[in-house]
Amino acid sequence: MTARLIFDRILVYGVALILALWVLAPLYLITIAAFSPQATAYDFPKQLLPTTLSAETMQFFLNSRGVVPSIINSLVVALLTILIALTLGTPAGYALARFRFRGRDAFSVLVLTTRMFPVAILSIPLAVAFLRIGLYDSVAGVALVHAAMAVPLVIIITSGVFVGVSHELEEAAQTLGCSRWSAFLRIALPLAIPGLAAAAIFTFVISWNEVFAATILTLRERTFPAQVLTALDQSLITFKFAGGFVMAAPAIVFIFFMRRYLLNLWGGR
Amino acid sequence: MAGLSVAGVTKTFGKAPALSNVSLEVKDGEFMVLLGPSGCGKTTLLRSVAGLEHIDTGSVRIGARDVTLLPPRERNVAMVFQSYAVFPHMTVRSNIGFGLRMRKVRSEEVRRRVEEGARLLQLERFLDRYPAQLSGGQRQRVAVARALVMDAELLLMDEPLSNLDALLRLQARADLKRLHEELKRTTVYVTHDQVEAMSLGQRIAVMREGVIEQIGAPMDIYDNPASQFVGGFIGSPPMNFLRGAVRDGGFAGDGFSVPLSRPRGEQGRELLLGVRAEHIVIGGGGIPAKVLVVEPLGSHALVTAVVGKTAVKVQAPVDVAVKPDQAISLRFDESRVRWMDAGSGTALPN
Repeated sequence: MTARLIFDRILVYGVALILALWVLAPLYLITIAAFSPQATAYDFPKQLLPTTLSAETMQFFLNSRGVVPSIINSLVVALLTILIALTLGTPAGYALARFRFRGRDAFSVLVLTTRMFPVAILSIPLAVAFLRIGLYDSVAGVALVHAAMAVPLVIIITSGVFVGVSHELEEAAQTLGCSRWSAFLRIALPLAIPGLAAAAIFTFVISWNEVFAATILTLRERTFPAQVLTALDQSLITFKFAGGFVMAAPAIVFIFFMRRYLLNLWGGR
Repeated sequence: MAGLSVAGVTKTFGKAPALSNVSLEVKDGEFMVLLGPSGCGKTTLLRSVAGLEHIDTGSVRIGARDVTLLPPRERNVAMVFQSYAVFPHMTVRSNIGFGLRMRKVRSEEVRRRVEEGARLLQLERFLDRYPAQLSGGQRQRVAVARALVMDAELLLMDEPLSNLDALLRLQARADLKRLHEELKRTTVYVTHDQVEAMSLGQRIAVMREGVIEQIGAPMDIYDNPASQFVGGFIGSPPMNFLRGAVRDGGFAGDGFSVPLSRPRGEQGRELLLGVRAEHIVIGGGGIPAKVLVVEPLGSHALVTAVVGKTAVKVQAPVDVAVKPDQAISLRFDESRVRWMDAGSGTALPN
C-alpha cells in the first residue's frame, strides 16, 4: 500500500468519524439523560458513562397527560400514510419504470417539484378545507397530508426498484400462462418487496417526524411530535430528553434494519 | 404440434419499420432459424409470434387457429428468452413447473412432467436449488426445460446460447439439436450466429432490415445465396465478391479478366462475381493476385490475397507454400460461382 492510499484511507475514515460523532453525540447524550434520574439532569460536568440508570424519567414522561394517546395517534397516522402512499405511488413508479409514454420525463420532474412546496403552504389552506369537510382534527386528515408529502418519494424509490426487475421475467410469465396483472403479482411484486419495504420505512419516518402540518391540522387528536411541541415551553428538561429519545428511536431502529436496501437505492458499494 | 403461418406482418416502432410485409411458413415439427444481423427484425418477428408485440398489419396462425389478436397466454406457445428469464425467487422445480401450475394442471401431473423435463436437460440434481446457485449453462437449461414441459404447439427461442461461453455453447447447441430430433417440436429459433443457424436449422430465413431475404435449407443458402448480403453473411469466411463488367464475351474488372462459358447479359453490364474461399485454387494460371496474409488454422490455411484492390479469401491446404507479397494466380470452377447484379446485389439465375 502506498503512502498516498494510506493518506486517502485516513482522510475518508476521519471525515466519516467526524460526521458520525456529529450525529451520534447528541443522540447519546439524549438517551443517557432519558434514562437517568431526574435529579441528575442539571449535574455538571456531565458524566459520559451512564452511572445511575433509572426508568424514572421515562416513566414520568409516559405518564404525562396525552403522551401515550399521541404515540398511538402517530402510529395510526404513519400506518395510514404508508397504506395511502404505497397504494398510489407504487403503480406510478411501475409505470415510470416500464412504459415509454408521452410526457414521461415531464412527469418525473413534476413529481420532484411537488417536494418544493413548503408544508406551510399546503397545511393552512388544508386546515380550512378539512374544517369544511369534517376531516379537521382527525388522524385521517393528517395521514392524507403526510401521504401527499411521501408519494413523490415512493414513486421515485419504487420506479428504481422496478427498473431493477427485468421486464423479460414478466414477459416469460405471460408466455407461461399469466395475464399482465398476474405476471405483476406473481413475479414483479415479490421481487420488488425489499424495495417496497424500504419505501414503506421512508414513509414511516417522514410521517413520524412531521410536526408542522400535524400541529396545524389537529387540536385534541395530536400526533406525538405535535404533542411534544405544544408541551415544550412549559415542561422540565428531563421531559424534553425523554421526548427526544422516543422521537428518534423508531427511525434509528428502522434505518438499522433497512440500511442494506437504502445503500442499494443510492448506489452504495 | 402444429405449423406456423405468418402472413404480411408489418410492425413499426415510432417511424422506423421493424418488419415490412413479412410472410413465413413453418411446417409441423420443423426447426426454423431466423438469422440476421442485430436490428434486422428477427427478434421482433419472434415476439410478434409470441404475442409480446402488437403487429400493425398481417396475421399469425398457429395450426388452424388465428392467434393474431390473442394475448401470449392464449397462444399455446413456449418461449426461451435471451436472458433466460428464470424467476430468481423460485427454485428450479417451481420454475419448471410454473407454466403448468398456471394452467391448473393437477399437482402429481406437474411433479411428473417437471421431473421428466429435468431429466431431459440433466437438471435432476438441481431441482431444489435457486437460480442464483446455478451456473449460466444450468440456468439456460432451466429455461429450456420450463418451455419444453409446457408441451406447447410452438417453441420459440430468442438467442438462447448467446450468453454462454464458446465451449459451453458448442455443447448446448448439440443438446438442442438432440432434443429437437427426439421431441420433433415445431421450433422458431432466432440467432445472429450463422454457424449456429447452419448447424441447427432445417431451414433458415435470412433477414435484413425488416424483410426476409432468403428462405431455404442451410446448404442451399450457403451454395446459392439469393443476394450479395446473404452470401456475405453466411459462411466463415464470407463469400468473396469481385466487381466487374461484361466485356467481349468475358468478365473483366480491376486487375482481372475471366472468360464466360455462357452470356451473362449485354456488353458493359456491371456484375458481381461471388465465389466461396473453398472453391478457389492457388496456382495453375488464372487471375493474378498478390498474397497479403497467410493464416494457418489447423485443418487448413486461410490465405488473403488482393486482386486489383479487392481482398480475396482463399482456403488452401495447410502446407500451402506461399508467403506474403508473393505473386500468385487464382483459379475457380465457374460452376461454383454466383453472379449478382452489381447495383441491387440480387443474384442472377444460374
